[in-house]
Amino acid sequence: MGEVIVITSGKGGVGKTTTAANLGVGMALLNKKVVLIDADIGLRNLDVVMGLENRIVYDLVDVVEGRCRTRQALIRDKRYENLYLLPAAQTRDKNAVSPEQMRKLCEELKEEFDYVFVDCPAGIEQGFRNAIAGADKAIIVTTPEVSAVRDADRIIGLLEAAGLRGSRLLINRLRPEMVKRGDMLDIDDILEILAIDLIGVVPDDEKIIISTNRGEPVAAQENGSLSGRAYRNIVRRIMGEEVPFLNFYQNRSLLGRLKKLIGFGG
Amino acid sequence: MNLKALLKALMGKQDSKDVAKERLRLVLVHDRASVSPEFLDIIKEEIIRVISKYMEIDEGNTVIQMHRNEGTAVLEANLAVKAIRRTF
Repeated sequence: MGEVIVITSGKGGVGKTTTAANLGVGMALLNKKVVLIDADIGLRNLDVVMGLENRIVYDLVDVVEGRCRTRQALIRDKRYENLYLLPAAQTRDKNAVSPEQMRKLCEELKEEFDYVFVDCPAGIEQGFRNAIAGADKAIIVTTPEVSAVRDADRIIGLLEAAGLRGSRLLINRLRPEMVKRGDMLDIDDILEILAIDLIGVVPDDEKIIISTNRGEPVAAQENGSLSGRAYRNIVRRIMGEEVPFLNFYQNRSLLGRLKKLIGFGG
Repeated sequence: MNLKALLKALMGKQDSKDVAKERLRLVLVHDRASVSPEFLDIIKEEIIRVISKYMEIDEGNTVIQMHRNEGTAVLEANLAVKAIRRTF
């Protein structure tokens, strides 16, 4: 019996879809059987982030409306063993699916897959309600900005109200050099404010944009970027492993350490 | 406090992240308690009305605010008393 994890945030543009894609790829690389559900009906994007946009035949709405079997709508990612995508419908809206239908679908997929990731749309309306309906756990994505953290707080409240326990926070697009300057909220600041457990921190990284351009998630690259490593670590934490958090604030140079000693740039 | 923080403090400058944190705290207290500034104004007026039965209140010197204290939201009312009414 697998686990259904919804990736949510409240605010748009904080990296939910990129997160879903990378966690999916990371899981698949560890030989877990994974399916990603794009629950953002009407604004489907997970397919392009994954580079699978040309292979869509059926979608989520086709499945819940019984136009095809679930199996037929799942797109197998040929680059990784065990990774599948259930794309959102593009020409319908959030009301095309009900929470009850999503719950049923998640139950069905859990039977066959180790992990089911649901990429939740932005907002707190019907699309959000649908996406969390079948979820066992949630990963809340935020960025170190006032607006995103505020929305994350709202989402945490709504998830608790919906009876979803054990949500964890993913801080995305951290810029260590800005944190050092005192110009960006630090990990501890955000955790203190939201009072929630951390699943991981992903640094701001242009490699994410480059890899998204190509439709190849960064977590796929073995010896790749810091962001890719961060995602891989998060995947292992989801699986229950204790993985130390990456340190983004190392001062490698003597000058850096000196600066830290006297209080500049620590 | 390290040297950098000291310098900033002397210049009267606050790190933008500290401003962000403070603003977030404040906005979340309102969000979590579903309390808008307008709503607080209504509470303020009502409190003044009740207290005024017993004391003369300096309305201009009255502050009602919500903040967080060790995980709980606190409603704090500071009322400046000008005089106590003799009738009580």
